[in-house]
Amino acid sequence: MAELSNKPLRFLLQAINYSVFMALIWYFASAPSVRIIENDEAMITIAFAHAGELREPCRMLSQEELNQLAPNMRKIDDCPRERSPVTIEAMLDGEPFYSASLQPPGLFEDGGVDVFHSAKIRAGTHRLHLQMNDSVRIEGFNHRFEREVSIDPAQILLVGFESGQGFVIRGAQK
Amino acid sequence: MIINPLKRVYLALESWFNISFGTEWNPLYHLGTLSFFLFWVILVSGIYLFIPFHGSLEGAHASVEYMTHDQWYAAGVMRSLHRYASDAVIVTVLLHLFKEFASGRYRGFRWFSWVTGIPNLWMVVTIGITGYWLVWDEMAQYIAVGSAQLMDALPIFSGAMTRNFVSGQMTDRFFILIEFLHLLGQPMLLIFMLWLHVKRLSNVNINPPRGLAAGTFLALLALSLYAPAVSHAPANLGMVPREIHLDWFYLNVYPLLEYWPAGQVWMLTISVTLLLMMLPWLLPKKDGPKAVVDLDHCNGCGLCFDDCPFDAISVQARTDGARYEHEVVVNPALCGACGICAGSCPASNPFRTPRGELKTGIDMPQLPVDEMRRLTRETIDTMTADLKIIVFGCEHGLNVKRLDSDDTRGIKLICSGMLPPTLVEYALKQGADGVMVTGCRHNDCYFRFGNRWTRMRFDGERKPSLRGRAERERIRMHGAAEPDKRDVDRDLDDFRRHLRTLNQVNQISAVEAD
Repeated sequence: MAELSNKPLRFLLQAINYSVFMALIWYFASAPSVRIIENDEAMITIAFAHAGELREPCRMLSQEELNQLAPNMRKIDDCPRERSPVTIEAMLDGEPFYSASLQPPGLFEDGGVDVFHSAKIRAGTHRLHLQMNDSVRIEGFNHRFEREVSIDPAQILLVGFESGQGFVIRGAQK
Repeated sequence: MIINPLKRVYLALESWFNISFGTEWNPLYHLGTLSFFLFWVILVSGIYLFIPFHGSLEGAHASVEYMTHDQWYAAGVMRSLHRYASDAVIVTVLLHLFKEFASGRYRGFRWFSWVTGIPNLWMVVTIGITGYWLVWDEMAQYIAVGSAQLMDALPIFSGAMTRNFVSGQMTDRFFILIEFLHLLGQPMLLIFMLWLHVKRLSNVNINPPRGLAAGTFLALLALSLYAPAVSHAPANLGMVPREIHLDWFYLNVYPLLEYWPAGQVWMLTISVTLLLMMLPWLLPKKDGPKAVVDLDHCNGCGLCFDDCPFDAISVQARTDGARYEHEVVVNPALCGACGICAGSCPASNPFRTPRGELKTGIDMPQLPVDEMRRLTRETIDTMTADLKIIVFGCEHGLNVKRLDSDDTRGIKLICSGMLPPTLVEYALKQGADGVMVTGCRHNDCYFRFGNRWTRMRFDGERKPSLRGRAERERIRMHGAAEPDKRDVDRDLDDFRRHLRTLNQVNQISAVEAD
């Protein structure tokens, strides 16, 4: 199609074209909106880093074993580097909402694991039950936590883990 | 003639914009340069915004709110220009991608520009993501957590990133890292990748026509004043944002994380990217035979070097002992086999060897200049009408064979740029009353500059130019794509009338001279 020779009409059409382009940009720059969470929902997040126990305990070397080592390599104990996987289960009002068994990272499986899980829940009061095993030398779960928690709409209930303290609640807990 | 349906869509869009913008300002002919212009708008507005911006978790949102509301007339407008120009650049880049694909300009010798172009799109997107991060509002929080989930799906992070974005874990240091990436790291990488993208092109222009630039800027300014860019509420890592007014140009991948694990989102993104990057080999097309230099007829003038659109020709010291200082060399890997070099060679003059074979300094094996001369001569010889018009066309524009009639014959070249101006003069000398050159639509040459160089050669603005003895009024140019046949028919009718009038005037002058 040939270009218009009528200049005012050309500029008018150009203005319409620019307007359509800008309308497209304006709309998709902020719409359609994304609903992240409903009005009566909140979120529970389990987030912490934790190194499992060593797979095998440190062992004191005998004098005979020490003698076999070069003088500069002599160390009184032998600690294997490999750590245990971390197994965690979480339940809310008796319903499981997270379960994982995380292998320690690293070539020698000697790193700590990063636990992260988020789930939407109804706001209100709930019974939270957490259990974790971080040692292959212990049967069952060696860390347990059970508590009633209360959470407002849109709030984040943050569950962490501190060595020595066990599971801790941060964030929205009242 | 059957043309690819995507190309048909694209040509229809082009035609629509040609009505109001004309071929000079048509934005679809300047998508690359328009993107560069938008980058300038983004850069200048970004530098302005950097001055009042407070780069910390506590201060970022408040400083952006100050710019948006208290200083709406300056920093607020700059913020909106920054955002809307960034959105517009995604549209121009995507259209550029679509255009090149629809026109088949992504494979063969063009593979390098295509493959280096795809990551640029992702680079632009990631700059946009870090930009949104800096506002540190609820949307920033949403994309920060989403980005961390994506990073954690990669083996190198394995879960450590997301924990940064739970309450109390985010620090100013991380925020400053993002600021550094957005302001310096990513833009520098983008500049390098853009340089790589155009590495195999010559005569690269990064500025759109002034009229188009002015119109685009005014439109962005009008939008910025009408609908200023605003923020969400400040980020609060202890709360979930309820609703996000997402910028879909940049952040479209994040809602997927609601439905798919981050690993699958990566798979989709990487698969689409690889698929796009592999298109030159998935839908291959063999290039024609490459240009060949004949040193016996090359004086090393370098006109082909100046005209080659793909930087495939270089000039080096003479190697054959001839008295000339230089010679040209063709790099076959870069050569587009367009023949523009043959059209620029002064030795491609059909009057040089009236009887013997016409050899030139640089030629196309599939359609040598000698063959072009023979075709021209024989076509004119077979025409019996009282008016004879030769139409030179190209392989990518309107098929000139469709214009054949009693008084009109089409001769198809590889590109209109391979037509030596002296061949037009030759056609007129051989008995043609007029010569029309079509080629691709003006400013949309498949080989970038074919029709532009030809027009400039005819107008005496580029060497080798049409000689003064050629009757310029018997030569016409009309760039045309396949759907433009009716326009060309109309122009041809007008040309016929014009030529008949010229012939009559010449006859009267001849009688009066007798």
